[in-house]
Amino acid sequence: MNAVRNFFHSIRVRLGKLPRWAQLVLWGLVVLLVYLLPIINPPFLTTTGSDFGAVLFSCAMYSLVAIGLNIVIGYAGLLDLGYIGFFAIGAYTVGMLGSAHATLPLILLVPAAIVVTMISGVLLGAPTLRVRGDYLAIVTLGFGEIVRLVLVNSGWTNGSRGISNIPTPPSIELFDIPHISWQGLTAFVDLETTTTFLKFSVTDSVPYYWLTLTLVFIVLFLDWLMQNSRVGRAWEATREDEDAAELMGVPTFRFKLLAFATGAAIGGLSGAMFATKQQFINPENFTIIYSVLFVAMVVVGGQGNRWGVVFAAVLLTWAPEKFRFLADGRFFLFGILLMALAIFRPQGLIPPKRTVRARKAEEEETEILEEGHAHA
Amino acid sequence: MDLLINHFWELTITGLAIGAVYALVALGYTMVYGVLRLINFAHSEVFMWGSFAAVWALMAVGAGKASGLGLAGYLVIGFVAAMTVSALIAMLLERVAYRPLRKRNSPPLIALISAIGASFALSELMGLRDKPLGWFNLENLRDYLGRPRENLPLPLQIQTKAVFPVFNYDVTNIDLIVLLSAIVMMVILDQFIRRSRLGRGIRAVAMDPEAAALMGINRDRVIRLTFLIGGIMAGAAAMMYLLKIGVTRYNAGFILGVKAFTAAVLGGIGNIRGALLGGFVLGVAENYGSALFGSQWKDVVAFLLLVVILLFRPTGLLGESLGKARA
Amino acid sequence: MPDTTPGALGSHDEAHDGAHDGSRSARREDIVTNPDTSVDISVEEVTDLPPGKMLEVDDVTLRFGGVTALDGVSFHINTGEILGLIGPNGAGKTTCFNVMTGVYQPTSGGVRFMGEPLGRRKKFEITKLGIARTFQNIRLFHNMTALENILVGADAHHSTGMASALLRLPKHRREEAEGMDRAHELLKFMGLERRADELARNLPYGDQRRLEIARALATNPKLLCLDEPAAGFNPAEKVRLMELIQTIREQGYTVLLIEHDMRLVMGVTDRIVVLEFGKKIAEGLPAEIRDNPAVIAAYLGVDESAS
Repeated sequence: MNAVRNFFHSIRVRLGKLPRWAQLVLWGLVVLLVYLLPIINPPFLTTTGSDFGAVLFSCAMYSLVAIGLNIVIGYAGLLDLGYIGFFAIGAYTVGMLGSAHATLPLILLVPAAIVVTMISGVLLGAPTLRVRGDYLAIVTLGFGEIVRLVLVNSGWTNGSRGISNIPTPPSIELFDIPHISWQGLTAFVDLETTTTFLKFSVTDSVPYYWLTLTLVFIVLFLDWLMQNSRVGRAWEATREDEDAAELMGVPTFRFKLLAFATGAAIGGLSGAMFATKQQFINPENFTIIYSVLFVAMVVVGGQGNRWGVVFAAVLLTWAPEKFRFLADGRFFLFGILLMALAIFRPQGLIPPKRTVRARKAEEEETEILEEGHAHA
Repeated sequence: MDLLINHFWELTITGLAIGAVYALVALGYTMVYGVLRLINFAHSEVFMWGSFAAVWALMAVGAGKASGLGLAGYLVIGFVAAMTVSALIAMLLERVAYRPLRKRNSPPLIALISAIGASFALSELMGLRDKPLGWFNLENLRDYLGRPRENLPLPLQIQTKAVFPVFNYDVTNIDLIVLLSAIVMMVILDQFIRRSRLGRGIRAVAMDPEAAALMGINRDRVIRLTFLIGGIMAGAAAMMYLLKIGVTRYNAGFILGVKAFTAAVLGGIGNIRGALLGGFVLGVAENYGSALFGSQWKDVVAFLLLVVILLFRPTGLLGESLGKARA
Repeated sequence: MPDTTPGALGSHDEAHDGAHDGSRSARREDIVTNPDTSVDISVEEVTDLPPGKMLEVDDVTLRFGGVTALDGVSFHINTGEILGLIGPNGAGKTTCFNVMTGVYQPTSGGVRFMGEPLGRRKKFEITKLGIARTFQNIRLFHNMTALENILVGADAHHSTGMASALLRLPKHRREEAEGMDRAHELLKFMGLERRADELARNLPYGDQRRLEIARALATNPKLLCLDEPAAGFNPAEKVRLMELIQTIREQGYTVLLIEHDMRLVMGVTDRIVVLEFGKKIAEGLPAEIRDNPAVIAAYLGVDESAS
């Protein structure tokens, strides 16, 4: 694993030495490539058993989830086992206001989902964030299950029958993009399979992928803004030593609540994406086992590392689709994975930048020493 | 409201019976918390595996309709099978999921993550129990295993009979069996903890691990013992649960585990008698709650109770700590 | 201000000498910069305080169950002085700190700061009022860099919230810049500049202690409370730290210093309060305390090397 990290690190160092415009061009190409993945269908990455576009949509949606939960677990150090509850509230807000009880357009539904989940995050957090960390885990677990039970038992949410006809984003059909298919390593343009830019429909997941991916980039940027500010520092300090943080003037409770509500809002956003993509939701989509999957993403990726958790979310979503034999046993494997990581590598596969920061400092120091040496 | 008043005694007695199950499972949470300060999240699966052991053991001996001495025999087989398997799983859990973490002094949240992982692995393993049949050509066992994701019924059938009345409710033989076995287990445990040398060791470690180590108490041994006892109690609870509910399934542990944890917190986590009290209180309270709001809200009532306790009296009814409390 | 800590802490030059010896793998501990006490770390709101009683501890009693940790303790701290709070182990010194910083609520009695009762103020509110502290057992944010640790302290008087952080409003920019300036100033003052980007947990012990003081200073405290800041230091290091503390006072800060080692406080403090078994047994100028029979009795038999 160290070798892997050093490899990435040396790449980063080399990239860092390129001129700024070249870095930007490189970044632009990578982003474009990520957007075009479902069109290109790269031979190894593409999934044969299931629609690659749909898999990529799931990857993007779970990336959102992982980024949101990473704020709660990774930054603020609050173990939230009920994240699926917020995801469900987001999805149901879209369903209820878009189909079951009103017919608002999606452009209003998504902000509504975010606001409603944020409020529910505050309502859950305000009383419970004062309890001890391990108790919080159990309380949130209970919350996730309560949400599902309420959805099942309440006539207002249509009970276990769920909600259908959830609105899609507005389509603007401009042009068709043919997909590429592969035979071995030879690429063909497949004119039979096309994606219409930009037509949201049940049959083609690619536009949903593009939409959600865009949200992922936006949320990542917002996440970066938050982390590199007083807010991010306050979260980190609270996680490190709550009492000391409070004695250094950090209103820890307020910041924990903020982390909780922010995480909830992002969970709600991903739930909203789920609802509009599926167009049909029922309580069985939101069982508690997903909460554990979400926690696994954050722990595997390395708590506190936004790229790490995105990578883990994509890996844990894609792998069972790619290797179908994993699909049945995946929750078993996630369980084993969590246990193994806790025992052997609690900082996750890709530890957060903290260590990178430390490494940077070490390097500078070595340089100073070497300079000193040359000097003498 | 009428429902609650008219069926008050029925709700109370059946609540106590299911509460006994919560209480015995809660012991596992509370004792492990006492000595390790760890929420043994996977304890629910210890219970679940015990319930499957009981069902399979009774299937193996061809249990069916039974009464009298035959019933007693089947009960013994069921209890022993459940208690043995639960104890083994509990010990395995300690060895695999917790001991390595203890050796390196991991922070509590990491230990909790390991526990959650172990819990899902154990539960999913049971949920995938038909997979090996195909690999090893054991298709003839399929009936025996049942559908992996669905209920597996207890083969033992007991004719429900009224035994004696309590006000307007006739206590059934099943309630009686469940309550009596719970009381027997509780009395044995209580005496063991209070009187035996090993029991005193558990209390000493709970009170002050370092002092206990200085006094020559082997902490690892005490911890193993704690998991063993927790497992045995969860096994007994599993058999009692089967008698009350009649079926088990691969995820039966989850809800029951959260409720048993609620019971432990209700009584004051770390406090053995508190866990027992908490179990009974929770069983009765959720019965009353379901009479008031409808039985589909039963689990919600239990969860809300947990939240309310944590907020207003996080030390529980009898106060925390295995060591400081008298038992 | 003369450089008060030469030599033994290891100067930058020495690190170069080490490299000169051919040991290319020069150890990190070798690079140490000296505290630069000429750096101006004073802040107006702190330096321009009128003279008088800054903090008054008024008949404070604190009981835990049956144990009386503090028993009717009263004393005050004057603006601009260094007050020593001494006493044998378990005398209630740290408990006293905890009452002053809002960790514990006194059973009876109260604390007034700048004439205002602290009442049931929360810990962070008391910090914002102007009391900052360090801890006997170091409690840095171990997985944050030295710089970030100080920034957290500086954030105590910032108010950037989610909105200004996300929109990068001028307030965020101003406060970030201000915090950075303050942090670098303090790092330089404490001689930790080279350590700015290192994780707190990787710092050598002495640097961790000094980083804690820097973090507390970053909150712009009117009163700086140091809980055995020299614990674990060798005698020479202790003396240098005391000199540093004096410099901090000369820059306008009021200091409350808990110290176990009586001889050490004699030299730096203006006045001393002595606690024993939760009671105040003496208060006065260092010279008076030295000759006070009650204090001598309290310290007799106390193994000073244990500190």
